[in-house]
Amino acid sequence: MNDFLEIFIAKYNYWGFIIIMMIGLYAMIVKRNLVKKIIGMSIFQTAIILFYVSIGAKENATIPILQHSHAGSVQSAEAINYINPLPHVLMLTAIVVSVATLGVALALAIKIYQQYGTLEEDEIQTIINKT
Amino acid sequence: MKVFGLLAVILCGSLLLYSTGDFPDWGDKDSPANTYLSPHYITKSLEETAVPNMVTAVLADYRGYDTMFETTVIFSAGLACFFLLRISNKKEKKRTFYRHIATGIILHIKEGGKIPEDTSKFTQIDSQWTPNDLIIKVTCRMIIPFIQLFGLYVIAHGHHSPGGGFQGGVILGASMILFAISHDLRTTRKRISEKTAAILSTTGVLIYAGTGLLCMLFGAVFLDYSALAWLLGSDPIMARSHGMLMVEIGVGMAVMFVMIWIYYNISSAGKQEEGL
Repeated sequence: MNDFLEIFIAKYNYWGFIIIMMIGLYAMIVKRNLVKKIIGMSIFQTAIILFYVSIGAKENATIPILQHSHAGSVQSAEAINYINPLPHVLMLTAIVVSVATLGVALALAIKIYQQYGTLEEDEIQTIINKT
Repeated sequence: MKVFGLLAVILCGSLLLYSTGDFPDWGDKDSPANTYLSPHYITKSLEETAVPNMVTAVLADYRGYDTMFETTVIFSAGLACFFLLRISNKKEKKRTFYRHIATGIILHIKEGGKIPEDTSKFTQIDSQWTPNDLIIKVTCRMIIPFIQLFGLYVIAHGHHSPGGGFQGGVILGASMILFAISHDLRTTRKRISEKTAAILSTTGVLIYAGTGLLCMLFGAVFLDYSALAWLLGSDPIMARSHGMLMVEIGVGMAVMFVMIWIYYNISSAGKQEEGL
């Protein structure tokens, strides 16, 4: 039990992301409504974004922005005092791109609704099978 | 289906949970992600680019290609929404209602009837039209300029504080979406027409790619901003900082107008008449 607790406390962040990610995956697999599937996809993306950001974290480190003075004195930055900027850069673009792709997904859902009059997957399937 | 889905999710989740044993600890300073490349960014970015915010430096300079194509992806998403949904409404609707603003008299115009031309006196109304939203309108009218000012600050000050083109562009786009929600889509389209949104989002992407091409014209590789030193009248290190600002402005424009454009198409299912 103590071993398990040690592992859990050292890596509890991953447990959180995996739970969030699995909620999103469950929604994508099980829910029949297309809008609910899209919501599941967004939850899945959120879990991945959180995962990336947590990779860049360092203990007792601050945000990756340096103190800047216009006197021209470039102070030396210790890598250990600043968190990793790279995952932040990757996720910054990923968040905006995920909003844009969410727009495309919703546009497709609107188009499907105009065509079939429903967003339920099984009802769409029966309409397709009839024709 | 539900049981099968739950089983698949539990299996997948437990495999992932099992594999976390090999992952670095939370906040580990010596994890693989924090050792090889990132110390170079942290220690060298200020002397190489003169930008204190490392995230902006990495975003617009070290990984300039990546950000350029992310902007292209956003622009393509806007285009995809447009091509999927947009319906040209050249055919007049069967019946339309116009409201005289000063008196509140509603004109019911039958099919083929003459539509009042003076839009400052008559406003077209539809099933979504609600008369009693004065508080919302006035509040939004007071808030929106400050939101936009903050958005411009976030773009312009992205080198020295958290911010940049993506964040500022989203704030600016959200301010116009707030305007569209508080008033209606037709009023918003008078301020920013669909054509304007399309042209300016293209311009944003072109500013980014054009900055890269300008660097090539000055004899450096694509997106190597230090070549712009002569044009900007500064030393090559500061030229990198200024080049990043040019690129961020392009990103901000592209993101803002793509957000507005996507909203126009999705909220009205492509008709761009009624909307939320």
